[in-house]
Amino acid sequence: MKTIRIPDDVGEFRNLRAGEEVLLSGVLLVARDQAHQRLAALLQAGQPLPVDIRGQVVFYMGPAPTPPGAAIGACGPTTAGRMDAFTPLLLQHGLAGMIGKGRRAPEVVAAMKETGAVYFYAYGGCGALYAEKVQTNELVAFADLGPEAIYRLTVADFPVLVAIDANGGSILDHA
Amino acid sequence: MKTLQSSDVREALRQALLRMNVVLPEDVRRALRDAAARETGPARAVLQRILDNVEIAERRCLPMCQDTGMVVTFVELGQDVRVEGEGLPALIDGAIADAYQDGYFRKSVVVDPLKDRKNTGTNLPAVVYWDVVTGDGLVISCLAKGFGSENYSRAYMLKPTEGRGAVIGAVVKAMREAGGNPCPPVILGVGIGGTMDWAARLSKQALLRELDDQHPDPYYAALERDILETVNGTGIGAGGLGGLTTALGVKIATYPTHIAGLPVAVSVNCWADRRAVVRF
Repeated sequence: MKTIRIPDDVGEFRNLRAGEEVLLSGVLLVARDQAHQRLAALLQAGQPLPVDIRGQVVFYMGPAPTPPGAAIGACGPTTAGRMDAFTPLLLQHGLAGMIGKGRRAPEVVAAMKETGAVYFYAYGGCGALYAEKVQTNELVAFADLGPEAIYRLTVADFPVLVAIDANGGSILDHA
Repeated sequence: MKTLQSSDVREALRQALLRMNVVLPEDVRRALRDAAARETGPARAVLQRILDNVEIAERRCLPMCQDTGMVVTFVELGQDVRVEGEGLPALIDGAIADAYQDGYFRKSVVVDPLKDRKNTGTNLPAVVYWDVVTGDGLVISCLAKGFGSENYSRAYMLKPTEGRGAVIGAVVKAMREAGGNPCPPVILGVGIGGTMDWAARLSKQALLRELDDQHPDPYYAALERDILETVNGTGIGAGGLGGLTTALGVKIATYPTHIAGLPVAVSVNCWADRRAVVRF
């Protein structure tokens, strides 16, 4: 199975095709509903972000608390569609990829094609499985949001499928 | 009159809740294994990863999903049982708060739904339905209801003359809107009858039944099968990536209703079908 290093291989995202199963290794940013709302508000106000999103991959997730001796608690994907309203703006500001579950809005896919970004499907509900793939976990912004804060993870062999590729190809068009 | 010690009830419930988020019930595991054997393509990979995840969660004593849910609780309190010590509402709250702290479960409940959405920090309050029944039993049943799936639960007020076909149509409509978002393969609780809110309550209560449990009324047993077949015919599949298994089971609960109405509610539950029951 192909391993994608992040951020080193981000420049090659346009070569990924929907349906490929890949392993991600490297750095992921974690953000979900409230963090997206705040990031979008800062961008709209022309203010700097508390974290550099350029060339980064964001994982839509809110972890369970970290048990003693572990890097992180259970940490599977959340539904990506709730971030759709904010995503085109983040892509225009350099976000390179997203990891979540479920469908995306047409505006998101259009922005992905324009900027060469990729949306990865992470196995829904598999919080324990993903916890084993996380090596480090660091809080980077919006601490007051608790499980909705922004975290930076280093991961190894983190299994995902290319769900929507940078050409708009998708494996999510069922039903 | 039977007397129970509140500390016994509280500890039994705490233990059941700790297990609920870590150990997937065997009937669901079996259904997932059977589905994995039938599938090919990405759906098979999804089901295999889910089975791996279930095994890792149990081995490492981690919650199987980070969304450890809002706790939905049904209490059946016999009129001839007395709980001595802490009051029953307080001990249920205490057991939930302790289990979510001790188990490293995510606290996902916010104080106000609209104003500031500040986390309560305890996963309280739960949604609690109280029933007083005859006898001297006490049964507390819980669901850890994740909201990836709950966001696709629906209520419909159908016309009485629309009948059986419309009920199937309503459930399929809910699932088509949901697609892969609620972590299929799902388990569907369907409440039919009562009022809008009562149908919704029934749909949650139906989720307490085991997958292998046959509806006692052959008419509804057949309807459960027909809904299951129709939902699986959508091709949404595991993870929404296409396939034969969109739902593992459909469970119906019914209640009398008004001549002018046919309320139908659908509670969508993810594959992580977490239930706990304690009986005294």
